[in-house]
Order: sequence, then C-alpha cells, then structure tokens
Amino acid sequence: MTISSNAPLTKKDFSSDQDIRWCPGCGDYSILSAVQNVLPTLDIPKEKYVFVSGIGCSSRFPYYMNTYGFHTIHGRAPAFATGIKLANPDLSVWVITGDGDALSIGGNHLIHMLRRNVDLNVLLFNNRIYGLTKGQYSPTSEFGKRTKSSPYGSVDHPFNPLSVALGADATFVARTVDIYPAHLKETIARAAAHRGSSFVEIYQNCNIFNDGAFSSMTEKTIRNDQQIELVHGEPMIFGKERDQGLLFRDEGLEVARIGENGVTEADLLVHDEARARPSRAFQLSRMEQPEFPVPIGVFRAVHRPTFDSEMQAQMDHTLDAEGPGKLHELLNEGDVWEV
Amino acid sequence: MSTRTEIKHPAPQQVDRVVVRFAGDSGDGMQVTGNQFTNTAAFAGNDVSTFPDFPAEIRAPAGSLPGVSGFQLNFASHDIHTPGDSPDVLVAMNPAALQVNLKDLPLNGLLIVNEDNFGEKNLTMAGYQTNPLEDGSLDGYRTIKVPLTTLTRRALESVDMPRKQVDRCKNFFALGIMYYLYNRPTAPTESFLKRYFAKRPELVEANLLALRGGIAYCEAARIFQTTYEVAKAEFPPGRYRNINGNSALALGLVAASQQASTGILMASYPITPASDVLHALSRHKRFGVMTFQAEDEISAICAAIGGAYAGKLGITATSGPGMALKSEALGLAVAVELPLVVIDVQRGGPSTGLPTKTEQADLFQALWGRNSEAPIPIIAAATPGDCFWTAIEAVRLAIKYMTPVILLSDGYVANGAEPWLIPSVEDLPRIDVKYRTDPENFHPYERDTDTLARPWAIPGTPGLEHRIGGLEKQNVTGHVNYDGENHEMMVRLRDQRVRNIENDIADAEVNGPDRGKALIVAWGSTYGPIQSALQTLRADGVEVSHVHLRHLNPMPKNLGDILQRFEQIIVPELNLGQLTTLLRARYLVDAKVLSKVQGMPFKASEIVDAVRQLGSQS
Repeated sequence: MTISSNAPLTKKDFSSDQDIRWCPGCGDYSILSAVQNVLPTLDIPKEKYVFVSGIGCSSRFPYYMNTYGFHTIHGRAPAFATGIKLANPDLSVWVITGDGDALSIGGNHLIHMLRRNVDLNVLLFNNRIYGLTKGQYSPTSEFGKRTKSSPYGSVDHPFNPLSVALGADATFVARTVDIYPAHLKETIARAAAHRGSSFVEIYQNCNIFNDGAFSSMTEKTIRNDQQIELVHGEPMIFGKERDQGLLFRDEGLEVARIGENGVTEADLLVHDEARARPSRAFQLSRMEQPEFPVPIGVFRAVHRPTFDSEMQAQMDHTLDAEGPGKLHELLNEGDVWEV
Repeated sequence: MSTRTEIKHPAPQQVDRVVVRFAGDSGDGMQVTGNQFTNTAAFAGNDVSTFPDFPAEIRAPAGSLPGVSGFQLNFASHDIHTPGDSPDVLVAMNPAALQVNLKDLPLNGLLIVNEDNFGEKNLTMAGYQTNPLEDGSLDGYRTIKVPLTTLTRRALESVDMPRKQVDRCKNFFALGIMYYLYNRPTAPTESFLKRYFAKRPELVEANLLALRGGIAYCEAARIFQTTYEVAKAEFPPGRYRNINGNSALALGLVAASQQASTGILMASYPITPASDVLHALSRHKRFGVMTFQAEDEISAICAAIGGAYAGKLGITATSGPGMALKSEALGLAVAVELPLVVIDVQRGGPSTGLPTKTEQADLFQALWGRNSEAPIPIIAAATPGDCFWTAIEAVRLAIKYMTPVILLSDGYVANGAEPWLIPSVEDLPRIDVKYRTDPENFHPYERDTDTLARPWAIPGTPGLEHRIGGLEKQNVTGHVNYDGENHEMMVRLRDQRVRNIENDIADAEVNGPDRGKALIVAWGSTYGPIQSALQTLRADGVEVSHVHLRHLNPMPKNLGDILQRFEQIIVPELNLGQLTTLLRARYLVDAKVLSKVQGMPFKASEIVDAVRQLGSQS
C-alpha cells in the first residue's frame, strides 16, 4: 500500500469500499458526490479529513468516505467534532447531520458549537422528515403535515434552520439544494474555506417519505420565479425575465417588479454577506413562499476568532509565559513539610 | 501582680488527639477557618483528617438553620483515619450553628460561642424560645461565651474598612482563639493570607489583626484554664503536603498524562461535588492539559471521546445525575473502544438528591447503567491521597485496554483532606502509548493477543483512514456488520477484554488474619472509618479482618478464595447493599450489608457495633 504520493487527489480517492445503502433516488447521493468532488480541490492531505455524524440517513455518510470517519450518537456530532478539533486543530473536521439530528435531539449542541465558532463544516441535510425511522414529522416539517405519527396533521411549529443558526451568532450561514450540483459544490467549497463554524443547510429530497418537499421552488418551470440566488455584491434580482427584486421598506423586505411604480435596478438591495450585524441575513432567512422567493447561497460570512484557535493560543501563551510544566514542582506545590 | 507572667502561659496539657468542629453561617468563612487549622496542624506534624459539611445553598438566609456550614477536623499524634465520630470542641458562630451541631457534642465537651450573635432575631430563626446561653440548657458543657463580633471590631479599630468587611474577619479571630488553645504556630496562616490576598494588602492586615487579636484576647482574658498540645505524629519519612481528594485526582491525571505523553482533553460540565476537578485541571495548561467547559454533561463526554479519538487522554468528571446523562455516550465509548476516564464523584440521590452530601450508591449505575452488554472497568478511591494513585491506575487501564474506565470517588473523599506522602516522579508507573502508524496490514479492530485491545489509530496518520461508530462492527475489519454470530463474538470479546484486566491487577490483600470468623469487605471512602473501627476492635481483642477493593470490575482474582475462608462477611457501604449484592451473586457467599444512607460517612463506632453484633450472633 502506498501511504502518500504527490499525485493530486481525485474523487476516487475519497470513495470508500462500502456499498452505499441509501434508497435509490435519494438526494444524499448527489451531496456525497459533491463532497467527493470538492475535497480534492482543497489542498488538504486526505488523512486530515474527519467526517463526524450523528444518527439518521444522512449520518451514514462517513461510511462512504474514504477518510477518517466517526458515526456517533444521535444529535451529538457537534460535541464529538468539537473535541476532535480541540485535540488536533490541524484536522479538517466535517459534521454531517439531518434536520432531526441537528435541530431536535441535538439542538443544544448545534447552537453552542455555532456561538463558539468552532472551526468545523456542518452540512445539514434538511428533508423535513424522519427517514430512517420511516416517516415521522421532524422539527422542520410544515405545520399540519400528516405523517405516521401525525395522522391528523402536525401541530408543531417548525424551526427555520438558518434563523436558528443566525440567532446563535453563526459566522457562516448558507443554503443550497441537492439537485443543483454546481451550486452545491460551490457552496461546500465556500464553507470549507471559511475559518469558523460553517453552517450549510442543504434542501434534500426524501423520495420515499417526503417526495417533492422542495419541488414548489425547484421545478424547472417555476424555479426562476420561486427562488433567488444570493450573490455577494450583486443586486437581489430574480424571475425568469430577471425583472423582480428585493427592496427594503418600512416593515422589512418586499418583492418589487423592476419598471413598476418607478422601481429601477438601482433601488434593489445589494447582497452583502459580510455585514457585521446579522439582522439583514436574518430577514433573508425568513423569506418564505408564497410571499417571497426562497433564497439560496451564502447569507452570512463574517470573521470572528475561532474557539479552537483561541483555546490553542491560551495554551501556547501560558507555555511561553510560564515554561513547560515540571511534574516534580507541581507535586510539591504549596505548604510542604519534611518528616 | 508579680505572678501575672508566671500564670500567663500555663504549661500545656498533652493530648493525643482532638476533634474540633467549626460551625457558622455559610457566609461566616467556616470552610476557610477549618482549612487553615488543618494546614497548620498538618504543617506542625500532626496526622489530620477533615470533613467539610456545607449546605447546597450558596447563601441561605443569614442565621437560618439550612444555612449552617460546618467543618470538622481530627488532628492527632498518631495514625488516624477519620475526622472523628464526635467533636471535643464545638465553635458555634450563631444560634443556628449551635442548634444544628450541639447534639453531636458529648457532655462536658468544650463549647465556644459568639455571644454577640445571640440576639432575639437569630434565636428565633434558630428555633429557640429562650436564650440557651442564659436558660441553663448548656449546663452540661464547658461553655465559653466570647463577644467575637465586638472583639473583632475592637482589634481592627486601626483599620480603615467598612464595618461589614471588618465583621467578616471574625472567623480569623475565632481561629486565633483555637490557635491559642492548642498552641499552634501562626506562620502557615500568615503566609496563606499573604498569598491569598496578594493584591489586597489591607485584607492581609485586617485578618492578621483578627488572628492575633484572638490570641491576645485569650492571653489577657484568661478564658481557658488549660491549653493543650498535640505532639507530632510519626510518619514514614518523606515530603508531605495536605491534600483533598479532588485535588489529588487532578494531580494524578496530570501525572498520568505526563507519564503517557498524551496531553489531556478534559471536558466537563459544572456539577457538585466534582467541579473542583475541572477547576484544578484548568490551571495546568503548561502540562498540555486543555479543559473545555461544555454546554451539558452529554457534550462533555462526547467531546472527551472526540479528544481520545484524536489521540489525547480524554477525561470527563461528574456526579450521579451527570453520569445518568452520559450513559449513551459511554456505550459508544465501549463500542468504539477508545481510552477515556470518567470520574463520578458520588453524592446523595436519586435525581438531584443531596448535592453536597456523600453517598456510594452509583456502583450499580457504573456497572450496568447502559443499554445492552456494555462492560466497563470500575475502580474506586479509598482516601483523599489514594485519589492520586487511583487516577493513575484509571489512565493506565484505559490506555492499555483501549476502554472507558469509570473512577468512583465521593463527596467525602473529594472534600476531605489528609497529609499525603508526595511521591517522587521516578517512582510513578510508566504508561506506554503506541499510536498505530504503519498502514501495512492495518485493521481498526485487529486485537492485541494479550489484552484484546484494538490499535489507537488517530486522524492525521497517513494510510490509516477508517471509520468507526456505534453500529456493530465486524471484528478485525471494523466494517458495519449485522450478522448474529459476529455480534455474539463481539459481545464476548468486549467482555473478555475487561475480564482480562484481572490478570493485570494486584491480588486483594487481607488486613488481619487471612482466615477466621469475621471479614469486612468494602470499597471506596469507607476505608477510613473501617481502619478506625479495626483499631478499636483489635484493642478490645476482637479478631476481624478487612479487604478493601480498589478494583470493582473486574474484582481481584483471589477474592473468591478469601471470602470462602471466613465464617461471616460484613460489607459496610453508604447504599442499600450494592457491593453486598455483587459478592452474593458472584461468589455465593452470605455477605451481610451494613447500610447507611444519611449523606454522612460512617462513624467508626457504627462499624465497631456492627462487627460486635456479628460476633454475638455467631
């Protein structure tokens, strides 16, 4: 076996020998493929990648990656990943999770990881359903949804994952869709490049238990009118004819048609993912159909020192200032007497 | 007049041991006072043993019964093992402290009270209808009334400080009185104050004035007819320091990580009485110790496992309720076979229970508190100083056998203190760590033929990329595998790997004759009271032996043989009989439990009585 060579890594280097056991037609396949395509472009040695997951369909992901992988317990992947990153900041650590794993049982760990800004990449596969347990409503299922555990319709008000992440002061927040391979790869690459917690919500179709969950925005015929791609520095324009855009008025965001009521392209908001305050990104995260198109892209990308680097800096600083610890001195610290 | 100097210092009377209890409001500084007296006694060469007993509330209303905080210490010119069954001297700073503690003071015991605090309000709060200082109810005690507050204010007249702060120094005035009574040097406390208040010189001065004021008051007012002296105890030669269990645990963990050269990732969530382990370790960054205060107990253990996966010594410390939360992650640690030390400083339960009181009732939880067959080695610390060695043993087993290890301590050993013989670094066991680096024929679940441990293959190592997780794995390859026969093999392998440890630990030692009528078997913090009881029993000619277990899973190989050689077996434990049940189940012996679940350690006399009763039954 060759340990390493200078030959550039390819997608194949990241495919494990395990049979993939997702349902045929599952959106997870395209996400796996996108990640395997992006990693070789990142200039990171293969042995430095660690994929950490919780429980659920998405959490089988590490088994299919030929990297270090840790399939942990339900909801706790961010905590394991934090420990791994603290123990070895040199690693590129990825958290693979789903809407139930990250937002229901693991909600606490997710928000604390984000507020600390641990340098991890989180890919949240949101299919708005519990798949592996065969079809119960999840914390992102819409109100009134009929599932096996809610035959009369769910009365749970759903979470908006991006709003949660922004509320937790996440420094990188993005959304993409399983069936947009180019956008998916681009977003994953952006997440990987960001220092700090990168939170990517991926709309992912579960063709068995929640088929078509996102088709109202992804169907080719309506796509351009029902979604808006956020691009840093570009005006927020959408529509088949590129004739609609977003304005900021009294109450917040509004959709306007260019050319109507005197609106010109110059009146439209320009997307700035680097705004220090999270409020604009939060407003964008609240945009929902039918009133608004659904935004995809990077909502927020700001810089804040990472938890792991601050922890390491404190270790290094103490070592510099006080010198390496001597066990003999430590054992003999304080009031010591001789017999 | 001329005789004044002659009687000023009556010759101290020699006594061989004294038990003092300081009691006051939780804001009165009783813990500091007790610790100062302890350090001074230890420094002066006495053997010491302490028992801090404080409420769960940080500051219950001043003067109230639930707010009473106590600190008992035993210091002696001979080997002692407990803080003493009952105090010889009780210092009560207010009526509530008197109300709560007087029942423990034997008749004719010495009682020192702060009479300034015996006003109507405090008396009512403590439930007194009449003033015990005046109604004759204290006639059976040698009561000394001291206007501590007034005297402290007078002693600090020269200091420009708010009244409230002046009054806070009265515990040092009381300490001065006790130093006078027992002829203690003030130097250790002086140097403590200078260290502790390094940035507040005015507080150093104020507390020193109070301390010296207490001594001067005793000299001037001659409140004691006699003073006492406790001679030095005989210790094996060496260097000593006073240590409590939680500090010793932290030191042991640092020492073990140095011996193993792994560094530490310690992830914990604050919980009484375990938080001090986190506090202590957070100071030791220059030893490669990183501490992470996690968002909850679950995150704490998960992060520690993550740290172990990435090659550090993973540690988490908690108490019973936190252990319950960590159960699922502990099961994962069993499945992925990573080295991890989980410390459970036990307290009274169930649920939140008695957060500041001691208990030993988490043994079953440690053994069986997980789904399915999830064996974990368990070891327990017997004394504060033993915590150091138990921590090293926990690390040794975790790394050698690639397994989580549960270390059981409890509130009594955690907060109790004793003189500790400082080991030399050269005498510490070496702990070998072999990270796998060779990709040739690497399989994540290939096992060492002796220990059955799998290789420690850490991320970042080229060529060893592999996946682990909670799903059942095929042995050797580590691939996910649901085959029934493979599962049974893995269940048995995990079990055998823990059982193998019995070949790697010392045989149980019998203290006393190795066969006979009565054997005490015990674990953890009951060690001290049992030693004291043995001294008493043997002095009376009662023949009884004792085995104290450090390893509870697996137990020493020779234990079964030992148990067969005794007619009667008694197991004192601070639960309803957990070790007793194990002994009965595993060795088919008629072990009987001596239970106590009052949040307090055994008194030696309780064990003495139980053993005597055993004798009368046979």
